[in-house]
Amino acid sequence: MTRPVLIENARIVDPASDTDHRGGVLVENGIVSDIAAGGPVGVPDGAEVIDAGGQMLAPGLIDMRVFVGEPGKEYRETLASAGAAAVAGGVTSFVMMPDTTPTVDDGALVDFLIRRAEAQSAARILPAAAITRGLEGKEITEFGLLKEAGAVCLTDGGHSIQSSALLRSAMSYAANFGMTIVHQAADAGLVGEGVMNEGLFATVLGLKGFPREAETIPLARDLQLAALTGVRYHAAQISTAGSVDLVKAAKSGNRNVTAGVSINNLCLNENDIGRYRTFFKLNPPLRSEDDRQAVIDGLRTGVIDTIHSDHDPQDSEVKRQPFAEASYGAIGLETLLAAALRLVHSGDVNLMTILRAMTQRPAQILGLPTGRIARGAPADLILADVDYPWQVTETAIRSKSRNTSFEGARMQGKVMRTIVGGETVFQHSD
Amino acid sequence: MPQQYSDAAQSGDFPPFRQRHLISIADLKQHEIVDLLDRAEKMIAVSRQERKSLPTLSGKTQINLFFEPSTRTQSSFEIAGKRLGALVVNMSVKTSSVSKGETLVDTATTLNAMRPDVLVVRHSAAGAVELLSQKVGCSVVNAGDGAHEHPTQALLDALTIRNHKGTLAGLTVAICGDILNSRVARSNLLLLGALHVRTRVIAPRTLLPAGIENLATEVFTDMEEGLKGADVVMMLRLQHERANGRMIPSVREYYRFYGLDEAKLAHAKPDAIVMHPGPMNRGVEIDPAIADGDRSVITDQVEMGVAVRMAVLDALLPARNDA
Repeated sequence: MTRPVLIENARIVDPASDTDHRGGVLVENGIVSDIAAGGPVGVPDGAEVIDAGGQMLAPGLIDMRVFVGEPGKEYRETLASAGAAAVAGGVTSFVMMPDTTPTVDDGALVDFLIRRAEAQSAARILPAAAITRGLEGKEITEFGLLKEAGAVCLTDGGHSIQSSALLRSAMSYAANFGMTIVHQAADAGLVGEGVMNEGLFATVLGLKGFPREAETIPLARDLQLAALTGVRYHAAQISTAGSVDLVKAAKSGNRNVTAGVSINNLCLNENDIGRYRTFFKLNPPLRSEDDRQAVIDGLRTGVIDTIHSDHDPQDSEVKRQPFAEASYGAIGLETLLAAALRLVHSGDVNLMTILRAMTQRPAQILGLPTGRIARGAPADLILADVDYPWQVTETAIRSKSRNTSFEGARMQGKVMRTIVGGETVFQHSD
Repeated sequence: MPQQYSDAAQSGDFPPFRQRHLISIADLKQHEIVDLLDRAEKMIAVSRQERKSLPTLSGKTQINLFFEPSTRTQSSFEIAGKRLGALVVNMSVKTSSVSKGETLVDTATTLNAMRPDVLVVRHSAAGAVELLSQKVGCSVVNAGDGAHEHPTQALLDALTIRNHKGTLAGLTVAICGDILNSRVARSNLLLLGALHVRTRVIAPRTLLPAGIENLATEVFTDMEEGLKGADVVMMLRLQHERANGRMIPSVREYYRFYGLDEAKLAHAKPDAIVMHPGPMNRGVEIDPAIADGDRSVITDQVEMGVAVRMAVLDALLPARNDA
């Protein structure tokens, strides 16, 4: 029996109940046991009382797309370091991509990861299992056994399945087990040797670009196959105006379709690459400002359901390279909330919508009990000062890799305390 | 010969050059481009003397670091450095595609410890020379990085044009061929654009990069149309081994529609000059008779290349000492 915790004098923002009011929350045994609007909550004997001082109390964030180096590339990120980075950014649960060595395509490895994460990580780690063995796009994995082992969804992570026939088969079989397919659409032929968005900027840099159609063509295929098979389908990360239109149209006829967007595609555009800054070499690539505005609009109008960090730790050896030869990816767990709040402070998206995309919606898609502040729900909570000014500095990064696309960026809004299952796992200190 | 920008060349005095590296034409202001051309003008005279030397780089070390083989560009930089009295060391670095980048940063660190004054670098990846310049303490000259830039080529092309036409003002320059993969085209478009010269690019759509209409004054897919009224016809090398079957169906079809022959050249101005950065694919992008004919200034380009590289080295190195 742990000590009860009372958080009082907070601004409670809970998208699931659409509430934004002053109040307090009582946590007992890792569960939210009482919520009071305005007035005080009865304080049990021996309870720890936290005065939020008017800070925002929100559900802990659920990040649907995180790459971890363990197993296989522990020098980039371990379950422990990813967990530490997550809770520092207010992320209390994240879906771990199966792109490890070996690939998470076997029930035993899912089981191992769940046990090890429980022992090592401050955040809840939810392993996703590969759709195809070895992420090779050739043979489907044992969906049923993977589900039994605890895989939260199916995805080929950074890989995109090229064969329409195989993807159809995977979708049908996933529907059979009630599992969600999370898939990033990328046409390997159209991507070719491309390393960034096609356009004037790529031309000036002398880099090979690839067109938006490399995303929209396979996305259209995915959406049609999802309708054909009846699977729960989540477009892992969309980045173009055309993709927003496709998802919008698909959603009008198919309630089993959802879509996510990387925080990078919401906050940055291709011009941020500047002179070959490889921390901005991302997949999907940073697009034009028009595309960025379109995905913001998609988020605002509910076409896009979720925001994730696309946290992808890469070491300097693979990033300190000529742009075309450098690895893709940037870390993002620690900056997820602050970066998302940029859109709130700029007036582009309201706070409730932003939070919903990182709490309630991913919980619904993944069938999780978290992502909300409700009696009986797990006490995964964050306290945040949404106006707190700070600067991202390399030395303060908790992730084992330093490849942040927000290096030196000035942020407004910071997580002050993170609680997982009733336990404070992170506290901000100046 | 009327020369619009050459006053300073005759006086022999040039203001300090304020750049540390020459990575991209995009980094140069208009007056800096003109300054380099004027300095190069003076170097032509030096190269034509009996004693082809100036002592300005005496005691300095120049390393030519070529990750991609190029006999002519490397020789040109070597002769340029030696005519100015520098100690010139050539390094050709053979690399597998996997280890390229690693070799790049490692090699940069190693060479930097040898305290060179200038590194002349060619690499197959766009941005590689920029990356290397961030890791060393000396000046860096880009001798070609992927499909990004080849700034000394654009300078030598401009110098060649200026010497043949007397001025760059009011001219129309048509750049023809594989624009998509060409660093020469990019550097030329930037340089000519900065000097307000009218530029045209001519290529099949498969060899035109996205957004090129923002870099060239006009874009043509029909060569005869594009050559109409051109003062300068600049041909590009087609990497036909790579393009064949993907970007163009065959060399013979390419030559039929985009190779420079007499019939097509007849659409340019009667006094139009023909240029090529080399090495040429005779019979692929250019009729051998034109390449070796009296309108060709291709060998002049080679001579201007040495002069321009002397000027660039001369301009950059004192700037380092001043700084």
